[in-house]
Amino acid sequence: MTGFARLRKRASSGLALAIALVAVGIGYSVAAPNSSAQDAGLSVEAMAGQEIYENGCITCHGRNLQGVEDQGPSLIGVGEASVYFQVGTGRMPLVQQEAQAQRKTPAYDDAQVNQLMAYIQANGGGPQLPSEGDLRDGDLAEGGELFRLNCASCHNFVGRGGALSSGKNAPSLNESSDLDLYTAMLSGPQNMPVFGDNQLSPEDKRAVINYVQTLKETADPGGANIGRAGPVPEGLVVWVVGIVGCVIACLWVGTRS
Amino acid sequence: MSSRTAARPATAVGRTASQLDERLTIAAPLRRTLNKVFPDHWSFLLGEIALYSFIILLLTGTYLTFFFDASMQEIVYDGSYAPLRGIEMSRAYATSLDISFDVRGGLLMRQIHHWSALLFVASIVVHLMRTFFTGAFRKPREANWVIGVLLLLLAILEGVFGYSLPDDLLSGTGLRIINAIFLSIPVVGTWVSFAVFGGEFPGTVIIGRFYILHVLLIPGILLALIAAHLLLVVKNKHTQYPGPGRTEDNVVGKRMFPVFAAKSTGFFMVVFGLTAALGGLVQINPIWLYGPYDPSQVSAGSQPDWYVGFLDGSTRLFPPWDIYLFGYNIPPLFWPTIVLPGLLFTVLAFYPFIEAKLTKDRAHHNLLQRPRDVPVRTAIGAMALAFYTVLWISGGNDLIADKFNISLNAMTWIGRIGLIVAPPIAYWVAYRICLGLQMHDREVLEHGVETGIIRRLPHGEFIEVHQPLGPVDAHGHGSLQYGGAPVPKRMNHIGGMGRAVKGFFVPLEESQARPVTSENEKAGELTGSGRPKDPEA
Repeated sequence: MTGFARLRKRASSGLALAIALVAVGIGYSVAAPNSSAQDAGLSVEAMAGQEIYENGCITCHGRNLQGVEDQGPSLIGVGEASVYFQVGTGRMPLVQQEAQAQRKTPAYDDAQVNQLMAYIQANGGGPQLPSEGDLRDGDLAEGGELFRLNCASCHNFVGRGGALSSGKNAPSLNESSDLDLYTAMLSGPQNMPVFGDNQLSPEDKRAVINYVQTLKETADPGGANIGRAGPVPEGLVVWVVGIVGCVIACLWVGTRS
Repeated sequence: MSSRTAARPATAVGRTASQLDERLTIAAPLRRTLNKVFPDHWSFLLGEIALYSFIILLLTGTYLTFFFDASMQEIVYDGSYAPLRGIEMSRAYATSLDISFDVRGGLLMRQIHHWSALLFVASIVVHLMRTFFTGAFRKPREANWVIGVLLLLLAILEGVFGYSLPDDLLSGTGLRIINAIFLSIPVVGTWVSFAVFGGEFPGTVIIGRFYILHVLLIPGILLALIAAHLLLVVKNKHTQYPGPGRTEDNVVGKRMFPVFAAKSTGFFMVVFGLTAALGGLVQINPIWLYGPYDPSQVSAGSQPDWYVGFLDGSTRLFPPWDIYLFGYNIPPLFWPTIVLPGLLFTVLAFYPFIEAKLTKDRAHHNLLQRPRDVPVRTAIGAMALAFYTVLWISGGNDLIADKFNISLNAMTWIGRIGLIVAPPIAYWVAYRICLGLQMHDREVLEHGVETGIIRRLPHGEFIEVHQPLGPVDAHGHGSLQYGGAPVPKRMNHIGGMGRAVKGFFVPLEESQARPVTSENEKAGELTGSGRPKDPEA
């Protein structure tokens, strides 16, 4: 191959790269959401949500929902399901920067949560609340199997929660409503993985919710459930009640000095 | 007593007994046994809790075997518990569910069985602590100590096997960890695991193998060792605390019949009642919530029963060190789960011999020691308990972290540092407490009991009147020697000098109190420390 041929080959490959880059750029500008255009087209509800956002959330999540490093993630594309879970359960706004947000009394009422949901949904879309219908409309036993496979490793056998590393935890599901559970699976809040509709179909999610909520409402046939947390509280009971009770009986039956 | 010539008893019972004795010659040994004297002290009953729990375990366990099928054959559940209907599971798990939901009294029996299993091991530990801290293991009772340690070890193993049987997700996770412990043994680990599980984990035979160990082999050995344990107590006679009239050569206490037998029967009823109440009122091991075992699943907070918790703790605390010895990898799991318990139980079993070697004490001992009188041993015991407790707490450190909002990593480091720091602190504190208690005993022997009566002397000084425990010398000092026996510390508390006042919560009779002041009053003027004034001064 001569030097000229090599040069020509290099030029043609450079040209091909340039064409490809231009094509990608044009494609992106057509397909990508145009945020400035959407700002103008916000619904009334979303605009009310934007006002709440700018008062309560902007410090950590940034001016354009892009997030602030070491304070809050970007909210573009997280969807209304995430807002419902985080704000509706009181986790957001945070009290302080800590390992993980805790459930608490919500700072905003339902109407305000809806407005925030509209605002976030209008910016990049994302997972939405499930359509109407019974969220427990799934097979109980199959829900149990799915729960043990996907959820129990962090949330314990029956959803009583468990510890994760460095102060984080998988919360107890005791206070969670059906919709809390559904939106948590859909949005994967905090340390939880996302269980999108490809991993757990809407029917699977409903089955899991059915299992969790049914167990919660089922009485314990064996008596006091001592936390449904396994052998640790059982060991505590056998020492505090069993051994202490027996030793008191010893003191009663035997001589003391 | 009738003489031998008037041999024919008058009553039907007497005639039957006479007929029996003519054939079996049991009257003399029976009388010896019934007249056997046991010292009466509450701490001597702790071992009985273990005995009674074992009896309860045999009774309830037998009932459970009627309905349990230790098979790992996969079936589809079709029982009463709706959230599991249609799920594939082993027959072992399905029959455990049937016991819980479809067998009359099955759940109660299961729960009593499990509670009394926990109580069984716990009471062995408490009994072991009593034996240790009072020096009851010294010559000639070293053999019984070793048997006791073997009983503890077997009780733990028996518990582990029982825990594994229902084949639920929790017990299967336990089996998985047992498998991992086998695998961690250098060189032979894989072969050990394959031999126990009959191939790859979980295989199809492990439940059946553990079942026969759990219901036949280990209970049989336990029963034999318990019999030997009790026979040795009879042979060596029971130890007793030092006190008036108690020497190395006698036993002061109650006869086997009727007092001791009545007390023991009553105590058995109390233990059975308590266990049954726990079984009926407090849910234990709700296997239906756990689901069937599937190696692909695991739950947060999967813990062993309390008696294995210290090994779970040691595993959580041990650093992830991969050590190579002679070209073989020693997995980190090997140290906290095999080396550590091996060392602990070896030292425990040989403790009587180690102590005899160090103290050069080779004498026979039938009198116990109060913990305060042997500060070094008591402090060693406290050190061991501190070590164990840190491991034990660490076994549940994820639950503690979760419920008390502490970082799990912080809990691990608290455990690691605590494991090194807590034992010496416990040693020092226990040692000082022992010395302090001894010193107070000596002070009371010398100066008498504080009466709480403050007296003002003519020249304005305030003094507290002390009640001497015995005769005093010319200086008002008590002349009683320190004998390692309890010293009365309160007014009207007569210690071992007389019969205890009846009544548990409130006294049911008048105490035989000595008047507080009679002797002191006669002695006339008191010194500044509340003693009768020295006549020569």
